[in-house]
Amino acid sequence: METLIAQILNGLSLGSIYALIALGYTMVYGIIQLINFAHGEILMIGAYVGYFSVAVLGLNIYMALLLSMFVSSLVGVLIERIAYKPLRKSGRLSVLITAIGMSLLLQNGGLIVFGTDFVPFPQVIERIPYRLFGGRFVVTSHQILIFAVSILMMLLLQYIVGYTKIGMAMRAVSYDKEAASLMGINVDNVISFTFVIGSSLGAVAGVLLGLYYQTIHPLMGFMPGLKAFVAAVLGGIGVIPGAMLGGFLLGIIEALVSGYWSTTYKDPVVFVVLIVILIVKPTGLLGKNTSEKV
Amino acid sequence: MKRIMLIAFIALLAVSLIGCSSEETSDTIKIGVNYELSGPVATYGNNTVDGIKLAIQEVNDAGGINGKMVEAVILDNKSDPAEALSVATKLIAEEQVIAHLGPATSGAALNVVPAVTDAKIPMISGSATNPDVTVDPATGETREYVFRTCFTDPPQAIVGAAFAMDNLGAKKVAIYYDNTNDYSKGLYQVFKAEIEAAGGVVVAEEGFSADDQEFRPTLTKFKDAGAELVYVPAYYEKVAKIISQARELGIDVPFLGADGWDSPDLVAIAGAAALNNTYFTNHYSSSDDAPEVADFVKAFQAAYDKTPDSFAALGYDTAKLLLAVIAETGSEDPQVITDALAATKDFPAVTGTLTFDEFHNPIKEIAIIEMVDGAQVLNTKIAPSN
Repeated sequence: METLIAQILNGLSLGSIYALIALGYTMVYGIIQLINFAHGEILMIGAYVGYFSVAVLGLNIYMALLLSMFVSSLVGVLIERIAYKPLRKSGRLSVLITAIGMSLLLQNGGLIVFGTDFVPFPQVIERIPYRLFGGRFVVTSHQILIFAVSILMMLLLQYIVGYTKIGMAMRAVSYDKEAASLMGINVDNVISFTFVIGSSLGAVAGVLLGLYYQTIHPLMGFMPGLKAFVAAVLGGIGVIPGAMLGGFLLGIIEALVSGYWSTTYKDPVVFVVLIVILIVKPTGLLGKNTSEKV
Repeated sequence: MKRIMLIAFIALLAVSLIGCSSEETSDTIKIGVNYELSGPVATYGNNTVDGIKLAIQEVNDAGGINGKMVEAVILDNKSDPAEALSVATKLIAEEQVIAHLGPATSGAALNVVPAVTDAKIPMISGSATNPDVTVDPATGETREYVFRTCFTDPPQAIVGAAFAMDNLGAKKVAIYYDNTNDYSKGLYQVFKAEIEAAGGVVVAEEGFSADDQEFRPTLTKFKDAGAELVYVPAYYEKVAKIISQARELGIDVPFLGADGWDSPDLVAIAGAAALNNTYFTNHYSSSDDAPEVADFVKAFQAAYDKTPDSFAALGYDTAKLLLAVIAETGSEDPQVITDALAATKDFPAVTGTLTFDEFHNPIKEIAIIEMVDGAQVLNTKIAPSN
């Protein structure tokens, strides 16, 4: 029982990271139905900007986060304008392939610019392990931070999309681009704003990932990005609380499989669960059954 | 286009002819140095070559060998095995070196082996650990012209297991290895066999993959299994994360590893406190107070203003060994040098007194390094038992 709880705690901390990244995927998908495969690389850029702000410019972590969010947003919007916007009228497959191409371009560009070494990330927030119930369970300050940030981000996103004017515009664009534009909504700006939010989320995830796992690397966004994508699909892509649920579920499954069976089987099990859920409920756990638009 | 090709061809021919004609009257002893000076493993090559240059400098300062200066022809193979072969060919055919040092990695070294064997030129690598480098796996025969000054992987695991059982008193061990890496898997298998042969128990074993960053679930499993020591034969980046996550979970048992741990980034990533009570097997320790080591460290620091790592020490030993053999035989005939190298016995090297076995692998002591508040400290030196 003790071990089970310890493993679930391990899973929750891993899941918070997946959830944080998945929020960015789901956000962009929810508005323009595009799976932005370059999201993992935006995260990587965010992590490197965070690193340079702290290690080279000597900024504190909050300023570093802001700068990292700003630069990542800029990159995100640029990617959208250069790579995705010209394809807005073509098929979804072309955009998807472009997104994968963008992801590869940024990964390899990162390898050229930043080099192939793992860079130690400055530990600006102290790692304090809190031992609960006489040391039987351990939670660290970083885990609490990441968990809190991911919940906070989810609530913030829900608020922006559901209760603000720009959120209403986003929903309108998601529903019907042409009608929205006829109603006087600047569709290009709304989509750019979506990328600003998505990329800022990626930047926050990148800096936290660097802090949590102590290193950054040009390919650091790839695997977590892929897992987070699975999490987003699992929970219902486009649904903000779904990303959260999917992330936690994925983290806990991985921890339990690693803990009670073997690390080797954690990825196969995750994908089997994904397939089963998609067979039973194709829109994901919290996905709504919407009829195909004509 | 054709004309340009023709001109280029003629130019190439002319250059190679000039190259040939100037070789005959060499008043220096030419040593070929084929190392990874750029590319992904550039640090291996650059540090090794620093050691090689220091050794040659020392010999030349002392008057050279039989009145002749030693000249190193240093070429970059760009960390590319194919490029390593063309560099070797160039060193042998154009520069007419009498011996070939390098490359650093096993893959590149294996590519160079046919070239030196055909030319009958002795080759010594300071860090290629794959057994196939010196022994042909197809025939099981030792490659006559190929030597190495580093130990291969199995002795590290043998010494590691002996240290775990005898010095740290651990009877129940867990092993956490990189499932996607042959170096790590090889060490894991030998370590496990050694522990079990010595009466210990492997209570848990698990492989991680190169993409993994989250080790807490498996470490929690090790904790439950009651492991008294965890063996992690992997590279520093994973090792640092594994140890720091283990310490957070309150796992205070010793961690043990191999030469893949040797990097300043180990401390930079994991932090000094987490690394206390961890040990790894290595080629040498710069904190060793044996006179050979102390003199080398002092000379190296004076020349380059940094502490020599294992690659630098092995590079220094590799060049020193070759030059000692040339001086001893008084011959510049590659065949004579090769035969004398194979007969090397008790050569006083920085990385341990060196004798070649019949497979051209060195038999020497292995250093056990302990991490103390972020510094590498020599704990003990152990000779492999078999």
